[in-house]
Amino acid sequence: MQIKQLSKFVYELEKEGQMRLAPRIFADNEIISVLKSEQTNPNNSLKQLQNLSTLPGLKGAVCLADVHLGYGAPIGTTTVSDLKEGVITFASTGYDINCGVHSLVVPLTAKEIKEKRKELAEELFKTIPAGVGIGGKLKLNKDEMDDLLEKGAEYVVAKGFGNKKDLQLMEENGKIKGVDPKSVSDKAKERATDQVGTLGSGNHYCEVQEIEKIFDTSAAKAFGLEEGGTFVSIHCGSRALGHQIGTEYLPILDSAVKKYNISIPERDLVCAPINSEEGQQYFSAIKAGSNAAFANRQVIGVLVKRAFEKIFEINEKEVNTFYDIGHNTAKLEKHLIEGKKREVLVQRKGSTRGFGPKCNEVPLQYRKVGQPVIVGGSMGTNSFILKGTTKAMKETFGSTIHGAGRSMSRTSALGKYTGEQIVLDLAKKGIIIKARSLKGLPEEAPEAYKDIISVVEIMHAAGISEKVAKLKPLICVKG
Amino acid sequence: MHEHFEHQADVGVRGTGITLSQAFEECAVALTEIIVDTRTIQPKKSHVLELNGTDNGALLVSFLNELLFIKDKKKMFYSKFRIKLGKENIVDSSGNVKEMVTLKATCFGEKINRNKHALRTDPKAATYSELFAGEKNGQFIAQCVVDV
Repeated sequence: MQIKQLSKFVYELEKEGQMRLAPRIFADNEIISVLKSEQTNPNNSLKQLQNLSTLPGLKGAVCLADVHLGYGAPIGTTTVSDLKEGVITFASTGYDINCGVHSLVVPLTAKEIKEKRKELAEELFKTIPAGVGIGGKLKLNKDEMDDLLEKGAEYVVAKGFGNKKDLQLMEENGKIKGVDPKSVSDKAKERATDQVGTLGSGNHYCEVQEIEKIFDTSAAKAFGLEEGGTFVSIHCGSRALGHQIGTEYLPILDSAVKKYNISIPERDLVCAPINSEEGQQYFSAIKAGSNAAFANRQVIGVLVKRAFEKIFEINEKEVNTFYDIGHNTAKLEKHLIEGKKREVLVQRKGSTRGFGPKCNEVPLQYRKVGQPVIVGGSMGTNSFILKGTTKAMKETFGSTIHGAGRSMSRTSALGKYTGEQIVLDLAKKGIIIKARSLKGLPEEAPEAYKDIISVVEIMHAAGISEKVAKLKPLICVKG
Repeated sequence: MHEHFEHQADVGVRGTGITLSQAFEECAVALTEIIVDTRTIQPKKSHVLELNGTDNGALLVSFLNELLFIKDKKKMFYSKFRIKLGKENIVDSSGNVKEMVTLKATCFGEKINRNKHALRTDPKAATYSELFAGEKNGQFIAQCVVDV
């Protein structure tokens, strides 16, 4: 495999064999060296990117600086497929459908938060259902589930969780249209009946953060961010509903590969033609899963607002929704393809949509500046708020990073760190960790991830998404 | 024997045994070990699962994912498994006869009890990545990567 450097932070995996195009990688020397060194393992990110590039009807593929090994497709990848000739691929969206970040701006200074940090941490831990086997406040029957899958966040707003203004501050207004509820099995609906408004576990979290530094004053003003202010990031997805959708479509797509005689280099790239019955049903199920994720995060957002009301002298309505954006998605978007603007299927796996200024998809109040992008850290590390750029629309199909990206396997992290030690170490830095399971915590140790600052700098210097603000964790609630 | 193998973002689960059924049983324990310390689960109740698949790999992934479904739906953990694998001709919806591999698993465990069980993390699902279910070097192996 040959990698060609095109500019300081842009590389290209050269086209060879059955590859249909040469995907670009936004990275620095160090990331490229690591990717090359991983080739000693037969299952590695570059091999996955190469395999992905062989799929029929592929019109574009890019890896962002948080790239790392996934299953089938590397994490940190965006693929673009032709609607007539292309396929919808399981690995390019994955099981955690529409995993993403819901965020809030709190009208309190970080100094005020620090004074009641312990009480707030306890309240959030008590309020947010999280961890193995824990259900939420809403219990939905099958008909209600169908409604939720079609209406997304709108459904829970109608149930009293938030208001219509919140919806305007969500990707797709919290509802992707065109869902056939029958594309999701009763079994999937049953599995998730009590999971709306639950955080889950693993890398999912709710973090209270201090706005530590503003890099772009005018964008920060448009975003309503002030240095020393308070921000909240809620990272989770469609929970078991999305997992069950994936579970049930995996064998369907496996059979579709044979039925439509699609040549795939590895079985973990199972897919179906977009315009086939299987492809259309799977796409509908992904949209349904995405809507469930929007609803899930909206409910947690409201629970967090209520926790602030309980601990501080503020009303929950004073805590503003900032933005909600997914990073495991499949959507129809219009992009420049071979010189013409065309509608294509865009699948993002561990990659965030980051549209530039003037795009109609960006909420009106942010449209002059560009879409907000929330880049999540890992417990002790910084998170960032970026803005999408016009350059991203041309070079990455309006996509950017979603986090730092893992650098250490979960099994290695479990062997190196203990949950108790992580909690103590972060407490010394003024960060409170509240976790249901200390045993699962080492997998998410800050050291298990790449340096988020350098990953963000690459995307900033490449002009794909520009820095607006840096966030510092104060409280982190995990499952 | 069961173990977890390295994967940068997720976790590999592997069961080995002198038969493929035993490798499946061990692989199921490896999956449960991601979620909870299986030594804290008592085999108080049993549940029988019957599944089929186009091949042993697909069947393994379906079986592991079914255990995750039961964990959410019935709030049950299982730590011991007795598995029978076989083959059966099944007529599909178009009337074609297909030879499928079949699994009958008796799973032993108990209801999730957060005060008793040493909980870890909640995996999302088993994948086709690094999937293998068969014989290698004189022993049977059942393995795949699990999305965590």
